[in-house]
Amino acid sequence: MESLYFLIPIAVILVGFAVKLFFWAVNNGQYDDLETEGRRILFDDDMQRAKPETKEQQEK
Amino acid sequence: MTSTASSCFHCGLPVPPGSHHTVVIEGVARSMCCPGCEAVAGAIVSGGLDGFYRFREKDSDRPEEAQPRDRWAAYDLAEVQQQFVHDWDDGGKIAALLISGITCAACVWLIEKHLGQLDGIKKVSVNASTQRAQIAFDPTMIKPSELFAELERIGYRPAPATAANREVVIQSEHRAALRRLGVAGLGTMQVMMFAIALYFGAASGDGIGEFERYFRWVSLLVATPVVFYAARPFFNAALRSLRARHLSMDVPVSLAIGLAYGASFYATVFGTGEVYFESIAMFTFFLLLGRTVEMRARHRAGLASGGLAQLLPMTAAKYQDGEVVHIPVAALAAGDQVLLRPGDTVPADGEVLEGESGVDESLLSGESALQQKFAGSPVFAGSVNGDSTLTIKITAAGQATRLSAIERLVERAQLDKPQQVALADRVAGIFVAVVLFAAVAAFAVWWQIDPGRAFWVSLSVLVVTCPCALSLATPAALASATLRLQQLGLLVAGGALLDTLPRIGRVLFDKTGTLTRGEPRILAIELLRDGWSEQRVKDVAAALESQTNHPLARAFRAWRGNLTASQLKVHTGSGLEGQIEGALYRLGKADFVTGEKMSLPEGQGQWLLLGDSKGAIAWIALGDKLRASATAAVDRLIELGLSVELLSGDQSAEVQRLARQAGIDNFRAGASPEDKLSHMKQLQGAGDKVLMVGDGINDVPVLSGADASVAMMSAADLAQSRADAILLNGDLQVLPRAIELAYKCRRIVRQNLAWALGYNAIALPLAFCGLVPPWAAAIGMSFSSLVVVLNALRLSQAEAGTEDNPAISRAGVPGLAD
Repeated sequence: MESLYFLIPIAVILVGFAVKLFFWAVNNGQYDDLETEGRRILFDDDMQRAKPETKEQQEK
Repeated sequence: MTSTASSCFHCGLPVPPGSHHTVVIEGVARSMCCPGCEAVAGAIVSGGLDGFYRFREKDSDRPEEAQPRDRWAAYDLAEVQQQFVHDWDDGGKIAALLISGITCAACVWLIEKHLGQLDGIKKVSVNASTQRAQIAFDPTMIKPSELFAELERIGYRPAPATAANREVVIQSEHRAALRRLGVAGLGTMQVMMFAIALYFGAASGDGIGEFERYFRWVSLLVATPVVFYAARPFFNAALRSLRARHLSMDVPVSLAIGLAYGASFYATVFGTGEVYFESIAMFTFFLLLGRTVEMRARHRAGLASGGLAQLLPMTAAKYQDGEVVHIPVAALAAGDQVLLRPGDTVPADGEVLEGESGVDESLLSGESALQQKFAGSPVFAGSVNGDSTLTIKITAAGQATRLSAIERLVERAQLDKPQQVALADRVAGIFVAVVLFAAVAAFAVWWQIDPGRAFWVSLSVLVVTCPCALSLATPAALASATLRLQQLGLLVAGGALLDTLPRIGRVLFDKTGTLTRGEPRILAIELLRDGWSEQRVKDVAAALESQTNHPLARAFRAWRGNLTASQLKVHTGSGLEGQIEGALYRLGKADFVTGEKMSLPEGQGQWLLLGDSKGAIAWIALGDKLRASATAAVDRLIELGLSVELLSGDQSAEVQRLARQAGIDNFRAGASPEDKLSHMKQLQGAGDKVLMVGDGINDVPVLSGADASVAMMSAADLAQSRADAILLNGDLQVLPRAIELAYKCRRIVRQNLAWALGYNAIALPLAFCGLVPPWAAAIGMSFSSLVVVLNALRLSQAEAGTEDNPAISRAGVPGLAD
């Protein structure tokens, strides 16, 4: 049980880091636009390979 | 949206028969509904960006008519640029633009790629949720006006983001809320972890053991930032409401957090009593969560309404020493002479000096027909010049214009707007009084029995009755109903809307642009000569109308390009003429076309005659069409027991025709903004709660004065900013759905309040008797809050209404196909 005396402070310090990291992310605009960024990766530039028909089917 | 053959590949609207606009996209010819879509799709394909059509999830907005290329020239003026262009590193500049027409993430891709291909563009970043773009460019290589023109070319409507300051405020508010939420969330997890250890035995034995003291200190350490940082908005709001001598829900919230924290702090330092850190942290987290969701919805609505349709142009073409110079509108003064080309917006009130033209005043008066103006006629700021060039002399600018007068009317109406006190706030006042009284009474009673426990018992009364569930009851339900409405296509800007909607007894509709699409359509064609088909008539008329800015010309744009006309001439007020395939055709009033009076055919709409040198060929009836959703929406509203009324500034018999068609019995034509407002006040005076649905400037006073108001997405900016909600997709059926959802929301709020009060009614006597240990208080509180939140979440899945159109849940943009 004595280990708690230093394990808990370590946990608290880690949480402190987590908060700091979160603050950094928020202030850096990471949460400003939650919709676009996640999809950006799907719009790759090597789209020429895809067949046009697939689009038509998606439209229905 | 039945098949690709009959709906426009770009915007999804139906392609009228006989229209031959196509663009080859990824090897397949796609049909387009109008030259606008054709041009936009062509621009996208020629930029090599046809992948856009595969990426997008929703149809694009239908683009505006092509505008003269120099339309954006004003944005190159230094005075105008000041408002939205800022310096960037090494000589570059950065422009903040508001781009409307962004429907999904693929639009962001398209804009960034398309602009990125241009010379002189350094960096483009587009935010789809705020519809803002930051464009860094090299001013020596590209001008801001070219940015605007390029955005328009690919089908978006750009505007300078001059409301940038408000945007900064919104962004920092949003980030602050997220930071608070993060601190409260992480803090709660930690404190909970320690608390559970305490519940399960770390606090064994009678006294307060070494471990317990240690855990308490650590909990104190973690809970302190939660209280002093994350919960600060509650304290501030409570102080504000106390200063205003009014008990809002923030008061019991702050009281509970403050007292519980104070007592737990005391207990920790002196090693006595109980600690409530986990309750405090969790309570703060839940509340912040509810408020953050609510705030996001509100901000979204605020951003969406930022400067879509600017009422006044930014610059005016002023005559100076015989030359035309572009000056900012703000610099106009009475006495200046200004040139108005067809399609220009009148920058200030004035008087026509030269020229003759029809002017569209529908935004100001609701009158749909063009007003003929000639030398000496007054023109008003905000109206749009129709078919030919005018020179006007400014008589009043800025605050003195008629437009400003309407804005002042709006301010007055808003002051008179019936104020809603949220149900939770009304309950809060009583609740605080009861709890405080109980706490004091508990202290007094226990002081007689056991002075040592008196303080702790009265504290546990305060914590157990902690208004967590009560204060979450309303915001949780409102937040989830707001999100649901957003999915349906109604963006809620004012939190009071959901409170008011269930009490609405009467719905007022505006006509142009609200019940109707606000765009002329061909209603009927009556052939007068053998050998002519309706299609041929449409093609000829479209060719004749191809060069004009007249609003009626829009009716023909689907067939534009099937034939070409030359030597087009506009005869203001009577019609136009041109050569097609060697023959001279005329389109317009009967006496202009054939040189003699002819009686108009029976039937609705505005009749135009098409003729050639041999006489009349066909009558064409033009008129505004009801939105496809209008009749069903009106039926449903009546079914819900509401009375529906049509208020229009339009004089014509059109009002009666459209009212009939939509199934509305009560209608008023020719109502000025003042008339509309006084009519609404009369209704309110008679005890009716009024919902106003409108889009024009002339509706704005009513929108701001009504108990609840909804503006169309295409509405003037001012109308949107004054309305409680914005209808995004033009589907009027959303309105009855929203009202039903509001009924449901009210029911859930009441259930929640009943649950929260019932829980407190049981917990309070127990705490009063000193029977509630801290762990039971924490569990009871969390459990009751959870029940409330889960109950509220039912709203977000609710299909408001009996049956639902599958198209709505799929795309969220129904009703575009009308």
